[in-house]
Amino acid sequence: MSHGKSNGKEYRCRGIVGGYAEGFALLSKEPINLLTIDSDGVVNDHTSMLYGMSISGAILIFPNAIGSSVGVYRLYALKVNNKAPSGIVCINTADIITASAAAISSIPLVDRVGDAIIGELVYGGADAEAMTNVDLRVTRVRVDAYAGIISIVDD
Amino acid sequence: MQLSRYEEEALDGKYGDTVALAYRVLVAIGNAIEADRLIDISWAHVSGVNYNTIGDAGLRFLEDISREGIKVKVKTTLNPMGYDRGRIEPIISDTFIERQERILDAYSRLGVTGIHSCTPYDRDVFPDIPPTGSQVSLAESNAAIYANSMLGLLTNKESAISALASAITGKAPYSNLRLQERRYAKVCIDVRYDIKDELDYGLLGYYAGKLNEECIALNGIEYDRLTSADTKALCSALGTSGSTGMFILKSIDAKERHPFDRSDAIKVKDELSDADDGDIIVFGSPQLGLDELSSIIDRLNGRRFKKRCMIFCARSVYSKASRLGYIDALEKANATVYSGCCSCLTPLISKASVDSVITNSVKAAYYLRSWNKVGVCMRSMRSIIDSESV
Repeated sequence: MSHGKSNGKEYRCRGIVGGYAEGFALLSKEPINLLTIDSDGVVNDHTSMLYGMSISGAILIFPNAIGSSVGVYRLYALKVNNKAPSGIVCINTADIITASAAAISSIPLVDRVGDAIIGELVYGGADAEAMTNVDLRVTRVRVDAYAGIISIVDD
Repeated sequence: MQLSRYEEEALDGKYGDTVALAYRVLVAIGNAIEADRLIDISWAHVSGVNYNTIGDAGLRFLEDISREGIKVKVKTTLNPMGYDRGRIEPIISDTFIERQERILDAYSRLGVTGIHSCTPYDRDVFPDIPPTGSQVSLAESNAAIYANSMLGLLTNKESAISALASAITGKAPYSNLRLQERRYAKVCIDVRYDIKDELDYGLLGYYAGKLNEECIALNGIEYDRLTSADTKALCSALGTSGSTGMFILKSIDAKERHPFDRSDAIKVKDELSDADDGDIIVFGSPQLGLDELSSIIDRLNGRRFKKRCMIFCARSVYSKASRLGYIDALEKANATVYSGCCSCLTPLISKASVDSVITNSVKAAYYLRSWNKVGVCMRSMRSIIDSESV
């Protein structure tokens, strides 16, 4: 699973659904309504920071899910079709929609990582506010959802 | 989270794979929301019925879990499906029908009651609502908020899968809004203009939901003036934009205050709508109740809609409305009343035939735009009827 070498930066978090995952970090500082994600993993909510971007294969980092109770099936369908995010990080406390989706889809899930990780994820700490509709997938991260550790990986 | 011996055994698979999966879901959630134990519930309402929302993966999942022959442990009701079984239109493909019916068969094998409604709190739809103070598990977001805020029932804002897991086990993690001491608001919205119709309540709900509070206070609204249409608009919009599971119509001691002015409402409306007009009119989501159907007829006062008007309601409401002559009156007014389905992720509205819709529902607006990819024009029901009928 692990390819790159850790650059030594680690963030403690809480493991909710166990597993290991590695991938490019895809960050939304705003919560996401999972029901607006289509079958290719693309976020179709025009009000979302990730509008038009695919969560497929990424480590999805966001505060928590909002909105529809059915969003859980969107993540599950992505998993069945091999298009799910590799892992999920809730910056806040994982919500019921995300926790149940990760549980039935066996997607590693951690939460309560805090805001400190955000600066690490985008162009050396550039302002994520200004980065809507650009590809944020520049930082690889590794999630150990058993131990509750997220590490930044150097390619 | 502490589990009883029975719950441990169930988690380990002693009572079958489906029950074990249900417990796995409840334990994951319980760990996330720091429940110390599971608590018995007396009613579950499950979403994830419309084939358009759950797709083939959801269909296979439901067929898998219903194969073992287990039944839900508590009375369990169901959200809307994808179309009206009594009015199947050419836009619904044979494949869609076949898969939708298989979804319903799977739920039926699990012992779920197919009320096909997103308004199970309406006694015309579901007369068997448990008494105030009961622990329940409601997935449909507007229903969970309505139950907590208006009926004094206790539920978290459940997901389709957590409510299904609760239906199968009869239990839910005892935390968050299930605890009396968590049912208070730390944040209050001070409404500073004269809110006058359901659209305003929807815009307020959408704004309030974005604050991402578990429970929020709304100050400046008179409980007595709140119609059922207003409340439904408020709950469904709150449920769309956030994770809020409950509102309180008092300010009390919430320290963090947010003003909500007319300019804030206009900002929300501008964010949600992108058209000045629409090809068709959509009433519902949530599905309309008898009172709302009747108020459309009253407001029309013999006039007819100039455009196709789609109205969504529950099947039981349709039957009652039919006996009362409402359906005839609405059809004469150029409206079509669909039952058992709703506008959310409906396959009945497609970009191929419709550029934009006019609706009074914030929830419908949000999903019609993000899912059906049609333009949206938002106006109140009164304004729609007055300007779109002759």
